[in-house]
Amino acid sequence: MTTAPTTAESGDGINHGRRVIVAWLVLSAIATPLVAIFVGPEIPPGNGTLQGQGQVFDNQVMTALITPIFALLVVFFAYGLYQFRVRRSEAGTIVDGPPLRHDPRVQIAWMAISTTIVLFLAGFGTYELLKDGAGGGQGPNPIAVPAAYKNAFQVQVIGQQWQFTYRYPSLGDLESNQLVLPANSNVTFHVTSLDVVHSFWAVELGLKADANPGVDNVVYAQTKGPMTFHVRCAELCGLWHGYMYNNGRVVPPAQFRTWAASQQKIWSSIKKYAPPYSHTYLPDPQERAG
Amino acid sequence: MTEAAVAPAPPLWRRLIGFNLLTGLVLGVVGWYAGWFGAHAIVGPSIDYFGDIDYNELSVFMAYIGGVVGFLAGLGFFNYPFARLRGYPPSLREKEEGGFGRYFTLCTDHKVVGIQYLWGIGLFFFVGGLNAMLIRTELLRPDHQVFPAGTYLTIVGVHGTMMMGMMTSGILGPFANYLVPIMIGARRMAFPRIEAFTFWLLMAAGVILQTTVFFGGFPTGWTGYAPLSNEGNPGMDCYILFFALVGISMTLLGLNMVATILTMRAPGLTWTRLPIFVWGVLSTAVLMVLAAPVLVATLSMEALDRTAQTTFFVPGGGGSNYLYENLFWIFGHPEVYILALPGFGIVLELLPVFARKPLWGYRLAVAGLLGVSLLSWFVWQHHLFVSGMNGDLRPFYMLSTELISIPTGFTFLCGMMTLWRGRITFTVPLLFCLAWFFNFLLGGLSGVFLSDTPSDVTTHGSFFSMAHFHYTIMGGLVFAFFAGIYYWVPKMTGYELHNGLAKIHFWTMFLFFNSTFAPLFAVGFLGQPRRAVTYPSGLQFLNDWVSVSAFALGISMLIFLFNLIWSLAFVRRPALANPWNSLSIEFQLPSPVPVHNFDRIPVFSGDPYGYGEGRGPIAPVPAGAPAGRD
Repeated sequence: MTTAPTTAESGDGINHGRRVIVAWLVLSAIATPLVAIFVGPEIPPGNGTLQGQGQVFDNQVMTALITPIFALLVVFFAYGLYQFRVRRSEAGTIVDGPPLRHDPRVQIAWMAISTTIVLFLAGFGTYELLKDGAGGGQGPNPIAVPAAYKNAFQVQVIGQQWQFTYRYPSLGDLESNQLVLPANSNVTFHVTSLDVVHSFWAVELGLKADANPGVDNVVYAQTKGPMTFHVRCAELCGLWHGYMYNNGRVVPPAQFRTWAASQQKIWSSIKKYAPPYSHTYLPDPQERAG
Repeated sequence: MTEAAVAPAPPLWRRLIGFNLLTGLVLGVVGWYAGWFGAHAIVGPSIDYFGDIDYNELSVFMAYIGGVVGFLAGLGFFNYPFARLRGYPPSLREKEEGGFGRYFTLCTDHKVVGIQYLWGIGLFFFVGGLNAMLIRTELLRPDHQVFPAGTYLTIVGVHGTMMMGMMTSGILGPFANYLVPIMIGARRMAFPRIEAFTFWLLMAAGVILQTTVFFGGFPTGWTGYAPLSNEGNPGMDCYILFFALVGISMTLLGLNMVATILTMRAPGLTWTRLPIFVWGVLSTAVLMVLAAPVLVATLSMEALDRTAQTTFFVPGGGGSNYLYENLFWIFGHPEVYILALPGFGIVLELLPVFARKPLWGYRLAVAGLLGVSLLSWFVWQHHLFVSGMNGDLRPFYMLSTELISIPTGFTFLCGMMTLWRGRITFTVPLLFCLAWFFNFLLGGLSGVFLSDTPSDVTTHGSFFSMAHFHYTIMGGLVFAFFAGIYYWVPKMTGYELHNGLAKIHFWTMFLFFNSTFAPLFAVGFLGQPRRAVTYPSGLQFLNDWVSVSAFALGISMLIFLFNLIWSLAFVRRPALANPWNSLSIEFQLPSPVPVHNFDRIPVFSGDPYGYGEGRGPIAPVPAGAPAGRD
């Protein structure tokens, strides 16, 4: 080493910690409500379904929660890097900082706070998830079936390379390439695939479920008012994955009945060529082996 | 090496003959064709039995296996085992005094392997980066194909696979191989030949992945999900071989690190005196040893599905795609911490040097590293939150995923408190470390949304998750990687890097990195799925913004590349032995480090963080003391 380092004075009489904490509290007190009120509710997916609303609420709570964390680090680094920098006038001499190696109070406080936040998040997320499934695929036999969905309107979503088709078992197994849902009603989606893994993503409704071959993946949704929404495949499924999308509609019940009647007219003539309705359509392995 | 020992150099053509990279390439091509035609000879008569229709998977696998074996033979990896079989006595070292040529051979000097890794991984890192540029070119327009659909998917797949496969060893390869023996006061790694083997195997794997373009590419991205991988082109086999070879390389690299750190520490180097970087390497290496074999096994099953018509992952034949997804992510989630943890180690190692303070909360930092590596085994199903695999386990995986932020927080606390009341000098390595905090903070906070199952329903598989893992991997690992480069490369090569260019590189990289990936959080929430070539036309402005930023990020990387080559090959300003006034032991050695590292094995009397305490890590040797261990 070229120059023998000297140690800086152990204290400069300023309570830096208190300054940071005060600045952080002030910033958090201003920023957190602003974020919670103005940013949180704007985060997608929106109010298309009860489940989507639940996600928006989740996002609102979490953005409010991470704002003070972000503010703490911003204040800490902004203050610390400015206050403790080596001034230009001092450049060239090596002066060591005070040899602080640990502080049990800081460590325990940090652990306690981070553990509390984590446990709160896990509990909150679990509650929100089990309430109504949150719009996610839950597999064939979810334990947490909300009572409202026991007799819900059934829609089957069938993924295949590279489009979605939809079957409506309560409309005489009607099969269509249009996803139309009645407004203000409970819907149970059964998502499955004929070939590779796809993922059914109804963007504005806040629903997503992987379509696995041979698996019935259940999603619950309670639709709200009439709207249109995008459906996309969200799992890479091969060559035309990027083109595997279409639009869906939520329509008033009367309009839904008109649409169903018009579709059934077409369907009645081709129904005999379609396989009978089933939760999965696993192809015959002998035929698929090639 | 004394002057008298230098013999007159043989002519150039004579030096090119022997066991070196050139021979390796020649034998690699020979082996490739031997495998190709050998497999055709097997499969040709029994084509019905194998049930292949339009191409011959087995010959692709056999060709590449033959090529790799030939390559390794040409480099001389089989010489020593055969010599031992023929009764020659054991010898430890190979090609350690061979001048510049040893960088192109099997060399067991850990410092040479470290520099080989730096350039080799750097090469493939730039290849992966070029693929990213192509992806962003394609996404300039919402529905206009610059590349054919299959080519686009191959570009996405090669980018992801190359980055994940190569950068897994991105810090352990160059920096840990070079520095761990020095930091622990040893003269070599525990298994020097295996150390060289991991490097050359990785290079062979990288070439194999690139050649996927000659076999139609692969459509699956880096995850290789079955059953899509079963129907992919023969290019899929290149993916399988690449990742399996990377898995073998990773396992051995990790094993070597664990063995070295456990058994070869110098006297006095107790567990609480170990540099924190070595702890980071150790926690990573344990994950590598345990996780990578799962990947090799999974891909072997996939290879059998494709060649021998087994049905491990074919739902119609009694298999399950869930099996693949589980196995892949049991490897895949520890893998992302394999990427992140060495970065934690570098950041915590560098902060004390530039804050001129001891590392704050050493034990807490170690607990953080070990806690992350332990918890990383219990979170993998968060990749499958909407897969329908086992919906009732989601609350558990939500909890375990959120728990992992506690030990990660330890790293933050220790880093921040090390800076607190320090004497901070804003050198380029420190700037990269500070950027690491910012990027990893955003990566971690966005992870809150992904770990929360209800919110994950929308963000899952979207550009939001893509932005999240670029913030943690590129913002975390790659920024730490560059911090390591600017900090240690003058030591490793003996030449300074240009400081002004380094600062330009840092500021452009930091700015354009954030400008590239921050908008993608919004894009993901608004409904753009990953890996899809189209997107809603309303998102074009954001996508174009991202693309332009990504090109600027690419230019920033070129500035770095220019600096590296300009400084090391042309300017060649000798670096000081200790340019940072660091107390760490590698900076107490001359620059570049002599072949045997230490004239005398050091005796440690403390950790390397005695800033402000007026002591270094090594006990002063009394005059006339007996020589250290050999």
